[in-house]
Parts: sequence; C-alpha cells; structure tokens
Amino acid sequence: MSFIKIKFDKKIVLSFWIILIALIIAAPTLLPVFRLNLLGRYLSLSIVALGVDLIWGYTGLLSLGQGIFFALGGYCAAMYLQITSSSEFPNNIPEFFALYGVEKLPFFWEPFRSPVFTFLAIWIIPGMVAGLIGFLVFRNRIKGVYFSILTQASLLVFFNFFNGQQKLINGTNGLKTDVTQLFGQMVGSESMQRIFFWITAILVIAAWFFAKWVVKGRFGNILIGIRDDEPRVRFTGYNPVIFKTIIFSIAGGLAGISGALYTVQSGIVSPQFMTVPFSIEMVIWVAVGGRGTLLGAILGAVFINYAKSLVSEALPASWMFIQGGLFILVVTALPEGVLGWIQGDGPRNLLQRFGLKRKIETYPSLEVNNKEGNNE
Amino acid sequence: MNNKDLLNLINITVSFEGFLALNKLNLNLKKGELRAVIGPNGAGKTTFLDVITGKVKPTKGEVIFKGVSLVGRKEHKIARLGVGRKFQSPRIFENLSVKENLEISVTTPKSPLNLINKSIKDEQLNEIDRLMKIVNLAQKVDSKAGSLSHGQKQWLEIAMLVGQKPDLMLVDEPVAGLTDEETDLTADLLKSLSGENTVVVIDHDMEFIRRLDSNVSVLNQGTVLCEGTMETIQKDKKVIDVYLGRPED
Repeated sequence: MSFIKIKFDKKIVLSFWIILIALIIAAPTLLPVFRLNLLGRYLSLSIVALGVDLIWGYTGLLSLGQGIFFALGGYCAAMYLQITSSSEFPNNIPEFFALYGVEKLPFFWEPFRSPVFTFLAIWIIPGMVAGLIGFLVFRNRIKGVYFSILTQASLLVFFNFFNGQQKLINGTNGLKTDVTQLFGQMVGSESMQRIFFWITAILVIAAWFFAKWVVKGRFGNILIGIRDDEPRVRFTGYNPVIFKTIIFSIAGGLAGISGALYTVQSGIVSPQFMTVPFSIEMVIWVAVGGRGTLLGAILGAVFINYAKSLVSEALPASWMFIQGGLFILVVTALPEGVLGWIQGDGPRNLLQRFGLKRKIETYPSLEVNNKEGNNE
Repeated sequence: MNNKDLLNLINITVSFEGFLALNKLNLNLKKGELRAVIGPNGAGKTTFLDVITGKVKPTKGEVIFKGVSLVGRKEHKIARLGVGRKFQSPRIFENLSVKENLEISVTTPKSPLNLINKSIKDEQLNEIDRLMKIVNLAQKVDSKAGSLSHGQKQWLEIAMLVGQKPDLMLVDEPVAGLTDEETDLTADLLKSLSGENTVVVIDHDMEFIRRLDSNVSVLNQGTVLCEGTMETIQKDKKVIDVYLGRPED
C-alpha cells in the first residue's frame, strides 16, 4: 500500500509547499476566529493520528488506548498553566484545590512550575508510559485482538483513576486553561490562539517529517516485517519486542504533543479525553485517510473532524450515522483508505467501470517492457 | 560428542500434552556437513527444527551448538548465534522489495539504533549484489517480493538465509512446488553452500535428496530410525517398512 507512490515533479512539490506555507500564515486573517480555532484543534489531532498510523498502519499494532497518552500530554500542559497563574488564589495554588480543602500543593505538581520541565514532560511522560505498557505487553507476546483489548482496558483504568482524583487533579471537572496566563497574556485570547495555531501547523509538519524519517529505510522495513510476519523477523535475528516498544513509545510521545496542543486550543483538559469512543475515533481517522500512508492520517483527522463540526451544526445528531457509514464504507469498499485508494489503481478502476477509460490490455509491466523496445 | 561437532541433539523429547512429537532424539552434525533429513508425515521433522531454533522448548534433553546450550534461549538470540532457518512455505516479506528483503537479512548488528541512524554498509550492499546474482534475481531488485513467482520466492528466501551468514542452515522443504530444473539448481546451490556452512535439508522428494549426495537421517515417530548414505538407507529393512516400501505411499 505505501509502495505505490505517485511521483511528483520537483516544481510541483515546491509550489505545493509555498502555497501551503502561505495558507498557514494567512489562515488567521482568512478565517473567523471560531473556525481558525477549530482548524487548529483538528490539526493538533492529526499528530496523534500520525502516531496511530505508525503503530497500526506500519507495525500492525491496533491500539485502542491512545487517549491515555493524549490526555497525559494535555494534563502536563494544563498543570503548568494552572500553577503559573495561581498567584492571586489562596495559598498560591490553583483555585480548584480550595473546593476540596486542599491547602498544600500535591508533590507531583511541583516540577510543573518549570516551563522547561513541562516542555519535556509533554512528550516524554506519555512516551515513557507507553513504553512501559508496551514493553510488558510485547514481552509476553500478546498481540492481535488481545493487544487491542488490553490497550482499551488500560484506557478505562486511566479514565476511572483520573475521574476519581478530585483532590489531585480536579477529577471529572478537569483542568481549565483558557483563563490562565502565559507570558502575560490570557491563553484563551485571540492573539494567543493565533500563535497556537501557527505552532500547531509547524508541529504537524515537523511530526510528519519525523514519522517519514522513522519509517524510511531499514527501520521502517522491520516495522512492516513485524506487521506481516513477526516470527520471520525473530528468526532473522531481530528482537521484535524492542522495535515494537520503541514505535509504541514514539506514538505515545506524539499523542502527548497532540493532547497538549489540543488542550490549549480547546481551553480544558478532562478525563473525557480518555473515553473509549474518542480513542476509537482516532483509529477511524487513520482507517479512512489510509493506513500506512502518514499523509492519509493527517488528512483523515482534519477532514473527518471538520466534517463532524459542519454536519453537527447543520443536522445535529446525524453525525454518528455518517461516521459509522464512513467506517463501513472504508472497511468494505476502500480497505486501503481514501489516500491508499487514490495511490493505488482505484481511480482508474472506477473510470473503467463506468466505461470512461479504456482497459489496459496487458499487464502494466509488459507495457513498460514494450516501450523499452522488447519484443512481445 | 567431540569438538568437531557443530551441533549435538541429546535425548530430545518434546511432548505436546502427552503426544510425543520427538522421542529421545539424538543427532550430531559435523562442521561443514550437508545432511538430509527425511521421514513420513508426522515424524517430527519440523518440530526438530523448531527445537533447534528455539520456537519449541524441549520437554527433556539438551541442544548444544558450538559448545553452548540453546535450550531456553530466545529465537532471535539463537539466530544471532548463527542458526538460520528457511521455512516450509516461502516466508519472505511480500510488501518489501527484493532488495529490502535482503537488506534485512544481511544487516548487522540487528539493533534498532544501528538501523535508524546508520545507512547500510558498502560491503553489505556488495553482498546483496552477489546474492541476487546467485539466485538470478538481479533484474528484480526493486520489484515487490510478493510479485515474484513461487520458485523465485523460494530462492529469495534461500538468499536471505545465506545473507544471514549462519554457521548452521536449516532448510525446510526448499523444492516444494519447484520445477525439475529449479529443483536441480537448488540442489547444486545447497551442495555448494556446504563445506563452508553446515546445512540440514528436510524434504520428501527422493530424487532431490539423492542429488544432494549426502548423509541421510531418517526420522520416524520422533526418533532417528537410521542414518547413512542414500544406498544404505534404501537397503535398511526398518526404513523400507515405515517409509519407502509402503504400498499406499
């Protein structure tokens, strides 16, 4: 699926990037604040989708628990913002603690006073948690559907834990970020949101290049090998446990960055980020966009979410049916996802079916050989 | 057991919930030897390979390879010690190109760090070129391995096995589904590999085994029934009874 790549001219690629960068710079002036904010949120979701594509599309690990790492990144960012904006509240600690009679800051909040620590924690903590969960699961050779069930169970454990901890992290209410201050400005303000949009856009591109770097070459080939025939990889002398742990950890780190960006743009982080449907949706974005294509994950996340908000505005309550329909369509008709279908022979086959394009009479490889002057 | 031996299997017993797949199997391989292993279905041929490569842990017994015990080691550790395996049906990475398949096999060290930040060494690229010439796949370098014919897949897998540079090659049914011509070429290839490498070939195809012109071990009901040259084997009464001479075969 990822092998049939359409080769673009260098000029086309260059002009594509110029247009894309121009659009990103101009977006805040072109779009109303509300739409811009939505677009920023959906772009940040595309980073978690890239992680899902790495572990599922390339390595064959269907995780239904990416919400854990997404939420952890979000909490890291929110804790920093809360704590740096708490000087006017009693005891100099975030306001919500007063509701539960907490007077002393819980110990694990302390390091989040440091912006450097927070910056690192946003991706390292989810990455480490993912690495730990992954290592234990992979070492015991749990795979396939059992892996999926286990990740979903872990998600529920985290969800229930975070929901119940009012005195530590405000439990089910979550942590608000929109009224906190960053560099003397309100996080929810228009100017800050514009900056967050740009940061998100840059990070999506960076994450895309990073993911491309990870899957290119022999490392990526081993991931594909693990997906297609793990025992064969073992007998060739590679230890799949290490490879799977690394890629799961990378996906966790990406999810953390994604969660942090989503949190600052939606104004709150709460255990709702760890609900079961949300983590399943992440998988749907990738399935619809195209597994093992990376770009498909980004496009899937942005377009499905944008469609979701547009449809929900026009016809409330109908979105779930459309999303379900999309998923069924992809599973039955487009198993490679939309981008995989386009990169494959999809459009040609469709045109042929309607008689709009002549069928190829020989195998494509024979056609190529004939052009080179070989006899039939 | 003497120190010229590369591999010693000592009293290996494998029990699958009471069923004895291998029963007190003893087998010694000298360095550089080419050995054929035959036996009727269910004789334990594949289990025998599974025990050496670490896929199955023997219930009893000991596997000594180059003086160290293999029992309880993980598959990838055993592979790194120098045991390579070709599977019964060709197991190659169909979604990767021929070259990428071979890259996976010749790469050393096989650590993630080496794979992600170093490019492949020149001598490894030369090795890939050499292998592709040996198995006649030089024109197919960039084709997807899944698009190869059955015979080419078999050969690609053999090339991958050779690329791993194992001291011991375990080859399970290398000529299943090959044409006669391909079978002959495969036999020559395996013969040329022995001497430098130690090769164990498992197969049903008598003509092919005869062509290998090697010592043969006959397995039956999980134990070695008889060992010797093809001529000795064919004259052995026990072998004729269980395998060669059965009218329904």
